[in-house]
Amino acid sequence: MQVDVTINGESRSADVEPRTLLVDFIRTHLGLTGTHIGCDTTSCGACTVILDGKPVKSCTILAVQAHGSEMRTVEGLRQNGNLHPIQVAFKEHHGLQCGFCTPGMMLVGRHCWRGTRHPRRRRSAGRSAEISAAAPGI
Amino acid sequence: MYPAPFDYSAPTTLEEATALLAELGDEGRVLAGGQSLLPMMKLRLASPTHLVDINRIPGLDRIEQVNGHIQIGALVRHADVVASQEISDASPLIASTAPWVADPLVRNRGTLCGSVAHCDPEGDWNSVMLALGAEVVATSRSGERVIPIEEFVVDYFTNSLQSGEMVTAVRVPRADAGTGGAYLKLERKVGDYATVGVATHLRMEGGTIVEAGIGLTSVGPRNIKAREAEAMLVGQAPSPELFAEAARAAAAASDPASDVRGPAEYKRAVVEAYVRRGLETCLGQISEEG
Repeated sequence: MQVDVTINGESRSADVEPRTLLVDFIRTHLGLTGTHIGCDTTSCGACTVILDGKPVKSCTILAVQAHGSEMRTVEGLRQNGNLHPIQVAFKEHHGLQCGFCTPGMMLVGRHCWRGTRHPRRRRSAGRSAEISAAAPGI
Repeated sequence: MYPAPFDYSAPTTLEEATALLAELGDEGRVLAGGQSLLPMMKLRLASPTHLVDINRIPGLDRIEQVNGHIQIGALVRHADVVASQEISDASPLIASTAPWVADPLVRNRGTLCGSVAHCDPEGDWNSVMLALGAEVVATSRSGERVIPIEEFVVDYFTNSLQSGEMVTAVRVPRADAGTGGAYLKLERKVGDYATVGVATHLRMEGGTIVEAGIGLTSVGPRNIKAREAEAMLVGQAPSPELFAEAARAAAAASDPASDVRGPAEYKRAVVEAYVRRGLETCLGQISEEG
């Protein structure tokens, strides 16, 4: 089935099987490998993308469900060639350990940061809760 | 992990969806939030041959007032419930539960109706619906059917929908004055299933309890309505002794299994403590309301 999306401001499309997961569509069909597959069981959130303005786990959405939507991945965080402030903050405070889940951490971080003046620990939990890198990240 | 291959349809009207479901029979499954269905399909615990994605049907995402009830449509996400002022006003118990469902990312996709239909005994919503005496609106090609929640929740992952039917809404009576509600959940970490979850609902009139609802999560093969404990409360004036007695009855009605989240005995003790604490919280809300 044909899936058309706007991803990081760019129109892209690909022909996929209905069972193709959104994360594989992004990584394999669109070649954007910044979104990582972590637990693959809807827990860790390493695969987080922003779908129509909301952070979601792309391992638990079908690519066909995203047809016609607007998405942002970690590749779309940079603004005019500059790192996004959340990326700068992660870099400056070493908000990571191995870095594998960091794309998801930063996307949720950006969302919390936009949604509230005082992001709270509980709001950002739900990705990477098991990964020890979560502590410095949060 | 990949689900087994399936066909996919994304109807844009309810008529189209119910016609498809009628034609597909047991081969078809409704896809709403997909936060339980897709993981089960990836683990090959479920392998429907045709998914009917209802996300493109307009109008199913509404929270509405209908004849003294608050009605939650099939595409209302948990996050919508968390954010809804209408829900806060209409049901303290539902408002108290929503922030405890899964984690914020799952709440952005998963739906309340989907969770109700899934009938996972570790799901939070059916305890709430049992405590509140909810009704499930099932729609098929031949029309609508309203199913009381106690008839809807049949068993472990089993609801009473008939072939060709889908859940289009869940509704609960709007809370009158003098109502309190609280959901208490013990979880190992954010986003985990409940080790124990307890939904409590009370309504008082002139110092007497006129309605009591208690639902239990993760302590049996399905969500449990603690009927005996509820009956002890109705018609009585609240007191610590009464709440303790009801809590003991609710614990006796639970049927937990020992597993990675703890031994059965521990879970039963948590049920007792949480029912007592939940009832006290309800009473506190009612007293505050004055």
